[in-house]
Amino acid sequence: MIDTLARRCLDGDPRAVARLISLLEDGNKDAFGTLAALVERMGQAQVIGITGPPGSGKSTLTDKLIGEFRARGKRVGVIAVDPSSPFSGGAILGDRLRMQGHATDPGVFIRSLASRGRLGGLSKATAFAVRALEAAGYDIVIIETVGVGQSEVDIVKVADTVVLVSVPGLGDDIQVIKAGIMEIGDIFVVNKSDRDGADRVVREIRAMLETQAMLQRGKSVSAGPDTLAARNAELLHHGQADLRPETLPAREAFDLPPVMKTIAETGEGVPELVEAILSRFVKSLASGELEIRRHASIKSQLKDLVGWQVMDYFVDREGDGRLESLARSVQARKIDIYSAARELFATLMQGEK
Amino acid sequence: MERKIRVIVAKPGLDGHDRGAKVIARALRDAGMEVIYTGLRQTPEQIVQAAIQEDADVVALSILSGAHNHLFPRVVELLKEKGADDILVFGGGVIPDEDIPFLKSKGIAEIFGPGTPTSATVDFIKTHLKRA
Amino acid sequence: MSEKEKIEEALKGWEAKVEKSLAKFPERKAAFVTGSNAPVRRLYTPLDLGKRDTLESIGLPGEFPYTRGVQSTMYRGRFWTMRQYAGFASAEESNARYKFLLAQGQTGLSVAFDLPTQIGYDSDHALAAGEVGKVGVAIDSLEDMETLFGGIPLDKVSTSMTINAPASVLLAMYIAVAEKQGIPADKLDGTIQNDILKEYVARGTYIFPPVPSMRLITDIFAYCSKEVPNWNTISISGYHIREAGSTAIQEVAFTLADGIAYVEAAIKAGLDVDEFAPRLSFFFNAHNDLFEEVAKFRAARRVWAHIMKERFGAKNPKSWMLRFHTQTGGSTLTAQQPENNVVRVTIQALAAVLGGTQSLHTNSKDEALALPTEASVRIALRTQQILAYESGVAETPDPLAGSYYVESLTNSIEEGVLTYIKRIDDMGGAVKAIEQGYIQQEIQDSAYSWQMDVEKDERVVVGLNKFQVKEDPPKGLLRVDPAVGERQVAKLTALRARRDNAATAAALAALKTAALGSDNLMPPILAAVKTYATLGEICDVLRSVFGEYRPSVMF
Repeated sequence: MIDTLARRCLDGDPRAVARLISLLEDGNKDAFGTLAALVERMGQAQVIGITGPPGSGKSTLTDKLIGEFRARGKRVGVIAVDPSSPFSGGAILGDRLRMQGHATDPGVFIRSLASRGRLGGLSKATAFAVRALEAAGYDIVIIETVGVGQSEVDIVKVADTVVLVSVPGLGDDIQVIKAGIMEIGDIFVVNKSDRDGADRVVREIRAMLETQAMLQRGKSVSAGPDTLAARNAELLHHGQADLRPETLPAREAFDLPPVMKTIAETGEGVPELVEAILSRFVKSLASGELEIRRHASIKSQLKDLVGWQVMDYFVDREGDGRLESLARSVQARKIDIYSAARELFATLMQGEK
Repeated sequence: MERKIRVIVAKPGLDGHDRGAKVIARALRDAGMEVIYTGLRQTPEQIVQAAIQEDADVVALSILSGAHNHLFPRVVELLKEKGADDILVFGGGVIPDEDIPFLKSKGIAEIFGPGTPTSATVDFIKTHLKRA
Repeated sequence: MSEKEKIEEALKGWEAKVEKSLAKFPERKAAFVTGSNAPVRRLYTPLDLGKRDTLESIGLPGEFPYTRGVQSTMYRGRFWTMRQYAGFASAEESNARYKFLLAQGQTGLSVAFDLPTQIGYDSDHALAAGEVGKVGVAIDSLEDMETLFGGIPLDKVSTSMTINAPASVLLAMYIAVAEKQGIPADKLDGTIQNDILKEYVARGTYIFPPVPSMRLITDIFAYCSKEVPNWNTISISGYHIREAGSTAIQEVAFTLADGIAYVEAAIKAGLDVDEFAPRLSFFFNAHNDLFEEVAKFRAARRVWAHIMKERFGAKNPKSWMLRFHTQTGGSTLTAQQPENNVVRVTIQALAAVLGGTQSLHTNSKDEALALPTEASVRIALRTQQILAYESGVAETPDPLAGSYYVESLTNSIEEGVLTYIKRIDDMGGAVKAIEQGYIQQEIQDSAYSWQMDVEKDERVVVGLNKFQVKEDPPKGLLRVDPAVGERQVAKLTALRARRDNAATAAALAALKTAALGSDNLMPPILAAVKTYATLGEICDVLRSVFGEYRPSVMF
């Protein structure tokens, strides 16, 4: 069954693609085998991440982007991620609604994913879903997600180009300064730019990017622990450390990420945005930056996968029981938490033998 | 990881009364399901495309305009054409009792009339899923 | 001791006595609430009449702030208009139903259009499949409109048309039909609903985005103030907001907020407030909680009067008056034991009459199942007639005034409404609040919480979650002949072949030019309608210029 699923995905059968994504979401072990069979197509799609706060018009923007890409003959896959309810585990996924115009276009595949426990972040399956869509021959895969919690960080691991959407009047200072955003955005978009304050937001973002570029240029010559320490700890933890400034060409002024204005409602600024996305992709391919980036991304995903495997292993071997009793010991101050963790780890490692 | 039930909640045709559809969507979410709410003015083609791409287990159709006899069977027909007839399809809204046998003969599993508690819909889904 | 102090003391004693007896004779439930979940206290006394001067807050009927009614003598002068919403299938069948109702004593017409018509699609449009004639009459062109009103003298009846996004077109058709009957536009009496904001929020039959929709609406205001001065150019609606699940306070608050948006738009378009405000009208729901509903209507009048006078500086007293139509709440009726619905409708109609409505539609008992049959719509009409002639409630204006409970409820609803209006003002007005999904979210939350209350048996719906019986499916429901769709398509084809297509094309081109500019759109729409351009053709021209609305949905 699984082999045929792979075959059907490669043929572009939407039912098969959809089924594979679900199986991957559910953590079905055989599905990963299918994914392995699709490795020949890996890296063929350009993956674009679109993130921003609620109300920034991302879905409408994505809808217009789809139209533009389609007009250029590209097949587009879209993964729209929405948060799951922490209480019930369920979710209402409503992004599809704003992409109605493409609802019956066979060259467009829209899939809604719930974050499933990763509060505000992408679901684990997002990266796998990208592979499935890629395998089915979609040239562009757009991941759309709300910019809260982990999602910007997560999206960098999966996307070749990250588009950060802001909107005037939403307390922009907070959006833009948020941990590490400046470093992961490849293109900044100020949507609803017909509103008051749009130009000011553009200026603010540009100023921050310039400051950041200066810092990077300064540090990239003398990289060392200080440079890393200066970075946001959250980013370090999540593999962003692999994108150390010294491994990337220093950003010159003309290399600064563009800050663009759009009005997604009317489509204004969208063709220019698509041009920017496509041309930067081509440039990064030529300069080798794309390879470096994807390398870092793969490493990051590998780390995640290993981490998940460890947890699965842990859960499979009734780690919960030992976890329970160790937690009680810690609480009763019979053992400190660090020793407890080492003990648990050691027990698990021994179990493998 | 545990399997989530995925449900499309759609309003086919031109009817704009979405109170029931929204209440159902919330109730299903609160019961742990993943609900893809497609909104108003859905054609049968749009609903079926969504069901396939979203790998839905269930398609729930809400209609109060009287156009159900035309639109519901069309959804089932298209699902069959695309090889997706293992998706559970049911409906709700203002649908006279006397139309129910016809709709069921066309593959609509159940019709939930006005006043049906949301828990009945949740239970129905859990006990009637066609897919494992 | 003053009167007030005497009452306070007596009340304290009474409370103490009641508390003592509760142990042996507990109250029926822990918390008592209105139909909208507002708390209901154990007792209301003169102390609950409020702090304001009676004359200032309650006043007299026909006088600012109109809490007691907009006319001085109210129903002593004339009963409310008994106006049953009707229409289905073809123009011929609807025409027959109108003549039946007029013969049975109905005093005004109310037209229901089918969904394709409401959304500006002709009966042969792909999206119209299965929908033609189902929830109302199908009108594709002036020809259908002529049939609809054939033999009905438009200078003798007032007609309310429930049409919103394409209201301009249907109004133009009505004017054209009257012209053919030899009746000038300034003799026409009626209403178009024309309230697009509630469509975005609760009803769903929108076409264009907010800005061009507001333009169409203000064009209608301007046109009618000169050409059709007796016409009510808008029926700012809360009915649908309530049906979508809102509370009574939200119903009034969101409606008045929409009203404020329309007034502001008209003023911005250059109209003087007193030019159009006298012709604004409203449309509310009547739910089961009798006293809350009566209080709601009174509060609405009072709040609007202050808004028009103080916020907008209107000088004409007619601009301050909130005149409204009421429909009994369809969503309160059950499919189970439908006869019970006659009783529900009676209570709701009573609330509307005690609340001072200008016109009333009573639902039929088969509401939850289908469109009404002749027999069931007659009972609905008789309900109004019995209230008017036999119950005595129409013999004096605002008979519940001074009731401690009702005045207290009126005050608290007023407060709740003002709080919401302030919040919406802070967001930048109704249009912004809708863009942000605020109003929709509030309504949805109320709807969900009501549903959960019913499912947990905290709210009883007789026949549904209590006092159920095993029933046979109802018989004899109205069915719309599916062939209506085919017949309508055939009519359209014949029409397009018969008419002067060159004239039609020219008129449509002129309309497009006007839409691209800023001229009033009513004259070009009227001209197009007279060439037998279809509704769909006219709306498509407008779509090409204005675009279509894309809803934002929140959960």
